[in-house]
Amino acid sequence: MSRPTIRRLAQAGLILGAFSVCFGVVAGARAQTSELLNVSYDPTRELYREINAAFIAEWNAKNAKKITTIRQSHGGSGAQARTVIDGLNADVLTLALAGDIDAVAERSKKLPLDWQKRLPQNSSPYTSTIVFLVRKGNPKAIKDWGDLVKPGVQIITPNPKTSGGARWNYLAAWAYAEKAFNKDDAKVRDYIGKLLANVPVLDTGARGATTTFTQRGIGDVFLSWENEAFLALKEFGEDKFDIVVPSLSILAEPPVTIVDGNVDAKGTRSEAQAYLEFLYSPKGQAIIAKNFYRPRNPEAADPKDIANFPKVDLVTIDAVFGGWAKAQPTHFGDGGTFDQLYKPAR
Amino acid sequence: MAASAASSSWRQPSVLPGLGLSLGITLTALSLVVLIPLAALFIKAASAGPAEIWAIATSPRTLAALRLSFLGALFAASINAVFGLILAWVLVRYEFPGRRLVDAAVDLPFALPTAVAGIALAAIYAPNGWVGSLLAPYGIKIAYTPLGVMVALIFIGLPFVVRMVQPVLEESQGDIEEAAALLGASRLRTIFTVVLPPVMPALLTGFVLAFARAVGEYGSVIFIAGNVPMVSEIAPLLIVIKLEQFDYAGAAVIATMMLLISFALILLVNLIQARTRRKLGDV
Amino acid sequence: MSEATLPDRATNLAAPAARPRTARRTGAEGPVVQLLLITVSLAFLLLFLLLPLISVFVEAGARGWAAYREAITEPDAVAAIRLTLLVAAIAVPFNVVVGIAAAWAIAKFEFTGKNLLISLIDLPFSVSPVISGLVYVLLFGAQGYLGPFLKANGIEIIFALPGLILATIFVTFPFVARELIPHMQALGSTDEEAALTLGASPWRVFFAITLPNVKWSLFYGILLCNARAMGEFGAVAVVSGKIRGLTNTMPLHVEILYNEYMGAAAFAVASLLAGLALVTLALKSLLEWRYGDAIAAARRH
Repeated sequence: MSRPTIRRLAQAGLILGAFSVCFGVVAGARAQTSELLNVSYDPTRELYREINAAFIAEWNAKNAKKITTIRQSHGGSGAQARTVIDGLNADVLTLALAGDIDAVAERSKKLPLDWQKRLPQNSSPYTSTIVFLVRKGNPKAIKDWGDLVKPGVQIITPNPKTSGGARWNYLAAWAYAEKAFNKDDAKVRDYIGKLLANVPVLDTGARGATTTFTQRGIGDVFLSWENEAFLALKEFGEDKFDIVVPSLSILAEPPVTIVDGNVDAKGTRSEAQAYLEFLYSPKGQAIIAKNFYRPRNPEAADPKDIANFPKVDLVTIDAVFGGWAKAQPTHFGDGGTFDQLYKPAR
Repeated sequence: MAASAASSSWRQPSVLPGLGLSLGITLTALSLVVLIPLAALFIKAASAGPAEIWAIATSPRTLAALRLSFLGALFAASINAVFGLILAWVLVRYEFPGRRLVDAAVDLPFALPTAVAGIALAAIYAPNGWVGSLLAPYGIKIAYTPLGVMVALIFIGLPFVVRMVQPVLEESQGDIEEAAALLGASRLRTIFTVVLPPVMPALLTGFVLAFARAVGEYGSVIFIAGNVPMVSEIAPLLIVIKLEQFDYAGAAVIATMMLLISFALILLVNLIQARTRRKLGDV
Repeated sequence: MSEATLPDRATNLAAPAARPRTARRTGAEGPVVQLLLITVSLAFLLLFLLLPLISVFVEAGARGWAAYREAITEPDAVAAIRLTLLVAAIAVPFNVVVGIAAAWAIAKFEFTGKNLLISLIDLPFSVSPVISGLVYVLLFGAQGYLGPFLKANGIEIIFALPGLILATIFVTFPFVARELIPHMQALGSTDEEAALTLGASPWRVFFAITLPNVKWSLFYGILLCNARAMGEFGAVAVVSGKIRGLTNTMPLHVEILYNEYMGAAAFAVASLLAGLALVTLALKSLLEWRYGDAIAAARRH
């Protein structure tokens, strides 16, 4: 009895082995091409579609080693950082905030901890800020941060735990409150708590939140990336929404970096490096402005695009919060201010 | 593995060959695809240490998410039990145009991808959607509230109840009903004392299956739920959020809790069916 | 506890097949009650099942046929369709082989631990899809238990095809086995025993007797398994990495398009999946109507 049983077990192993070989063949069949993978956050889809086409044309005209494709992956900034930590082979990371790339550096050890010093201007080729998108005619008369906590105002913002843009939203509101209440901590917390209580939907990414506000008709005001707000006007018509610029907002610096461990393993360092530098080039800066991000070098961009950007009083995260390394655990870590202030919700 | 126990005491003798081969394939595949990965989950959860496990498991947010997932699934399964029973009854007992089409449509949630269902449901039940716009004037909101979660869960769970109850209703013979009617029982009384009792185990099984499926559902829910912590955040979403905060242990702890409860549910279904079978002396 | 308790559900899921073709008896309820119950059922179905389906096709066609065609023929969509087909083409046959093996072992033999085995096979069915993805990340991710080993050997599983296939196999694991087990149990093994006594080889017995006997259940299992494999979202989303044109399956592509304000395109791709669902249901119903008696007879055997 036992001999045939063992033989049968061996046969079983063989059949399953055949399947494993299929896996191996399929996995190994992927051709060696010089292609880059850009892992980015939610609202940059349109920006990088344009950047990629322009960069590939420029690079392939000058270099013997051609780039076939630049692949894109988009999602909430924190979620994207997680996939890279779990092993997604990104050549370049272009996320919503430095804190997420810090996390990748710490946990995956694939890039140095001082990555942000490697490229000019905190490795951020463009900046952006947080503005309000309201329904046409501003029926709830929302002019500034203070109006958000009025009873009956519904605020749409993504979840700061998973979305980078939402973290900027949260910190911008906090910075406003600190200034308005003269750093009275109890009043600041009270304000943020009331603001959060007015949020009916927390999407996981900035894009989902935009859809909720624009297409599902939920909420009176959408705390949005400036570029996302302009894009919504462009996509859905200027007759549907208005942009309201608050008295104070935060200077958002979405940073970019190459992932050293991955580009060295794939042999794509020079392309990846050139790709990021292209973002700083006049051509790159012009595309950036065209997609409603604030270029570092406004002279390179079309003056018409630059004229779009309203003047806002911008505070920096370093000045108000002491940088991401400090702001992240204080506000968004487990048991941070977000968790504390969200608890009394309903 | 199985070969070590080939002394024959673990199995009853049979003329048929192939136990070793078939069991070998089954156990190897089961281990590779299901058991080893699930073991990794348990190890990860255990690595958190008892104090932290307790803290994660009893944090208000975890409890609120589990409560929504389980109560929401319970509610959706109850709705499905009621309407599924009516639907099965109508399909079995009545003749009307398009009956077969309706019969086939019941399986739709099995075949329609959950993400597609979620997007479509969100579009219909949003305040500016087909159904949502009819309800909005009365201040009734479905999408982006816990009600939206229910709608999605009802959608995915419906076929289970109908498909469990249908065959039992098919088999129940009219003779006893007629006898009851002849003996003077009212129709309503006949239904509750004669028709429904044999259907109950099947109904209960369908209910538990719809419930088990609904508890873990993710794809269709996230599009239509508001995802607000403590209010409309389901447990699977909380797992994803923990994961995206690099809190692997936290995600594993919540996942393990859900897994254990699910497994208990499966065993419960086993028990219900085993008892029914004994009572009916079937097979 | 009697064996194969849970898989009984499988017979029931495919139950219309077993429906006796006797004349339909009209219930004893009055016409008003009948009408009321029918209306309630249809309204319920319309609200929860049909409206979502209809809306998919309406939204998909919102921008006209040309836009629809473009949405499903642009390179990223084609890559997503191809990837989805490839994943299903590997995951479904795998589950067929394992499902047949499991059904053979469970239906034809008595051994200790059988109930546990059945429950374990059924387990993936009630595990949240998110957890199904999570377990592979914990195991094969760069920070996972096998991550360093895989990296040292240059093997990619997560965020590549193998990860997608594994997650798909996990969620569809019970489907084939669950359809086959109760059917094979009901058939018993006398036919096979007789053939063996007459000197047929084991494999011949399997291919000439067992397989033809259960071919309809097997077909149901494959249909449901395939529909789920192509439509899976939650588990695949966790292990995919969402690289456009590379690890993006159709359901994920729907989500991406939806998030890019290309609602019509998203619903166009979704309509392909919904179309697949309809074809699945049509095939299933067709079989039941055409061969209902034969299947019912086989099952009553």
